[in-house]
Amino acid sequence: MKKKLSPVSSLFLVLIFFILYAPIFFLIFYSFNSGGTMFNFESFTLDWYRELFGDTRLLIIVLNTLVIALLSALISTIIGVIGALYIHSVKKRQTKSTFLSLNSVLIVSPDVIIGASFLILFTMAGIKLGFYSVLLAHIAFSVPIVVLMVLPKLMEMSPTYIDAARDLGASSIGVLTKVILPYITPGIFAGFFMALTYSLDDFAVTFFVTGNGFSTLSVEIYSLARRGVSLNINALSSLLFLFTVILVVGYYFITKRSTKSGGMGVRK
Amino acid sequence: MKQLVRVFLTIILVSVVLLYITDRLNRSQGLSGGNTLTVYNWGDYIAPDIIDQFEKETGIKVIYETFDSNEAMMTKIEQGGTTYDVAVPSEYMIDKMIKEDLLIPLDHSKLPNLKNIDERFMDLPFDPDNIYSIPYFWGTVGIVYNPKMLDGMEITSWNDLWDRKLKNEILLIDGAREVIGMGLNSLHYSLNDTNLKHLQEAKAKLDTLTPNIKAIVGDENKLLLANQEAAIGITWSGDASEIMSENEDLDYVVPSEGSNLWFDNMVIPKTVKNIDGAHAFINFMLDAKVSAKNTEYVSYSTPNKAALEYMPKEMVNDERFYPSLALTDKLEVYENLGKRNLATYNELFLEFKMHRK
Amino acid sequence: MGNKAKFNLYSIPYFLWIVFFVIAPILLVLYYSLFDIDGNFSLVNYKNFFTPVYLMMTLNSFWYAFLITFFSLLFAYPTAYLLTKTKHKQLWLLLIIVPSWINLLLKAYAFLGIFGTYGAANKFLETIGIGSKQILFTDFSFIFVSVYIFIPFMILPIFNALNKLNPTFMDAANDLGASTWTTFRRVIFPLTLDGVKSGCQVVFIPALSLFMLTRLISGNRVITLGTAIEQHFLVIQDWGMGSTIAVFLIIFMFLIMALTGARKRGV
Repeated sequence: MKKKLSPVSSLFLVLIFFILYAPIFFLIFYSFNSGGTMFNFESFTLDWYRELFGDTRLLIIVLNTLVIALLSALISTIIGVIGALYIHSVKKRQTKSTFLSLNSVLIVSPDVIIGASFLILFTMAGIKLGFYSVLLAHIAFSVPIVVLMVLPKLMEMSPTYIDAARDLGASSIGVLTKVILPYITPGIFAGFFMALTYSLDDFAVTFFVTGNGFSTLSVEIYSLARRGVSLNINALSSLLFLFTVILVVGYYFITKRSTKSGGMGVRK
Repeated sequence: MKQLVRVFLTIILVSVVLLYITDRLNRSQGLSGGNTLTVYNWGDYIAPDIIDQFEKETGIKVIYETFDSNEAMMTKIEQGGTTYDVAVPSEYMIDKMIKEDLLIPLDHSKLPNLKNIDERFMDLPFDPDNIYSIPYFWGTVGIVYNPKMLDGMEITSWNDLWDRKLKNEILLIDGAREVIGMGLNSLHYSLNDTNLKHLQEAKAKLDTLTPNIKAIVGDENKLLLANQEAAIGITWSGDASEIMSENEDLDYVVPSEGSNLWFDNMVIPKTVKNIDGAHAFINFMLDAKVSAKNTEYVSYSTPNKAALEYMPKEMVNDERFYPSLALTDKLEVYENLGKRNLATYNELFLEFKMHRK
Repeated sequence: MGNKAKFNLYSIPYFLWIVFFVIAPILLVLYYSLFDIDGNFSLVNYKNFFTPVYLMMTLNSFWYAFLITFFSLLFAYPTAYLLTKTKHKQLWLLLIIVPSWINLLLKAYAFLGIFGTYGAANKFLETIGIGSKQILFTDFSFIFVSVYIFIPFMILPIFNALNKLNPTFMDAANDLGASTWTTFRRVIFPLTLDGVKSGCQVVFIPALSLFMLTRLISGNRVITLGTAIEQHFLVIQDWGMGSTIAVFLIIFMFLIMALTGARKRGV
């Protein structure tokens, strides 16, 4: 079945990737601009990178951002998978649709509203604003996307699988860990990565629920907008981007070698 | 399943390591516990080495947090939950915050450097006698334009913008008061006018400007104007000096009909924990030399008269950013018009935005 | 069925989430929507929503969300399909997601540079002889950048749906003499419908309340409900009207979910 892609198809894919990466290469290109702006490339410089390494505050912010993104994506994935399993198990169509709608409320609400209402909720609950409030908020708004990514995998799973497993004497836990979870793994990973995206991209919600010196990269970048974003942010993004790509490619080939299955855990 | 568990554990491990590093870094910065002061300011609105200097001189560690809009900042202070010791809102917001009881009166005896501030920027209507706020930076609203792109055309007034030759050349700023105010000013009404008839007249006049407007933008106008995306931009003087440092062809003018005079002031919000530290910080920022250094970094106009001595001549003598008394007298400071009137401004602005060519 | 009770026990975290982060905010938003700008209890906000300005905005929001979803699907489907045919498909898929981890504001600034009068896009148009055009602040650039932002969300579920497709299905269809188009229409597409539906939901729903791009890329030429909410919350600080618009957004979303979920699908 592994046929070679036709030239037209290859060209299409190349074009898609080119467009997806064009703005990022644009940012990287200007991170070497001595001119200090994102136009008029004057001459090559590494000053922006040098400036970066002396900035401990920014480093702390980057680390905060990563921790929040990883942890919130992880926890929201767990909750989201549970949610998807539950919604899937609901037999009544109306109840199902209600749950699905409730699930999507946070996706349709603009960030300002989510941020403001979370802020009110957290202060009412007496949660100190900072790391934990931001983590909670990120978990909260990432759950729905995980549910929406996992559900289609659950729906396409044939119930005969489960019945067969149960007939063979598997317990509920056994069915879950041996049959269901492996089958929906691609959906789980998709949900995890999308949750990561939500977390890294979020500005408004984080802004409202953060405090006591805790900050993330997005909040920092948006607050720079009034004075103009400096090119060391470009430099920072370039480094993070490179780091991510190396990580992703490295991880892929390592798992490729150690297991026969694909990097994202797709069953063949 | 095994793979899921493995990924799960890896992520937890990585997070723990990252948390540990962050904690160590925070400690090395002296940010956990002890004598700290939280400053809530616009991003990149203070020279970083000044914070270092303050920390060295007083032994107080500064936690610097940033916001990107007055309203968002106010919401955070209103809700509490964090201890902000010093904040830097704009003038119309100060009036609002005083009315909402969000600010703490300043102890002027702890601010000996207050004498450095120019008299004309003290005791303004939004905060009589400066009970709650001290000017940090100030400026005007005006027109940045590129004479080269306009064949040397000179712009001196709001009404010049209605010239037919300027088709699709203007970038407006995304602010209801700025844009409607521009319409009001061009009709020689006050910027603080609340007469509905005048406002509608201004909106109707602005509608006729539509063919000349390229876009209504926010902070990205700096990027667009410096990059010659449009020849004319309506913006704050602070942004203007920023843009002009990036593209020397550009010029800035405060329109002859009048315009807005704005301030960003230092205040102590009711969330304060370290009152003495907050006063020490404000007083420190008012020091002539510190202020001069800060102004050179931020490049907005300073209200600190004593600081002007320590600043480069060409900066101080630039009439565009340090206008004469005669000009500043003609400018108006925004008054807090109340939510109702503000809503009217915004509705008109929204309708103006939706007005198609 | 003992099975069902088990699921309920597992589901506690999810229910907690629904109660604290969905129901509670909805109640809060409903509560705020009942106060007018002066803080008096009234239904005036709901009346205001039915004025031409807001109805126009609603139409705008739906129209642009539709366009964004349509074009996302148009490009995402073939991309996902072709990705499943590549050698290192999982890696390529990951590389589709990676760009979305770079800060949105920075990417928007990059697009301002690329689409600008002197930007790369216009240089390209000039070299191929079309000549310089205004790209920024047009519907085209707005939809282009929005699709750019949302397309990974569309590709992922479609990829997952296509990836498990049993190749024997297609072979069988081919053997039966079906043309490629027929195979696609009758076999492949129906089998990936769940993925497509999921993709459309995660694009259309957030696209309804888009706000930042409307200013950055379209220069406020596109005004949607998201823009209005932003205005009411952050400029006028009229949380009442802002919440009211949010209530309507949530109602619209419920309707969409009811409509897209109503069809019974055989497994």
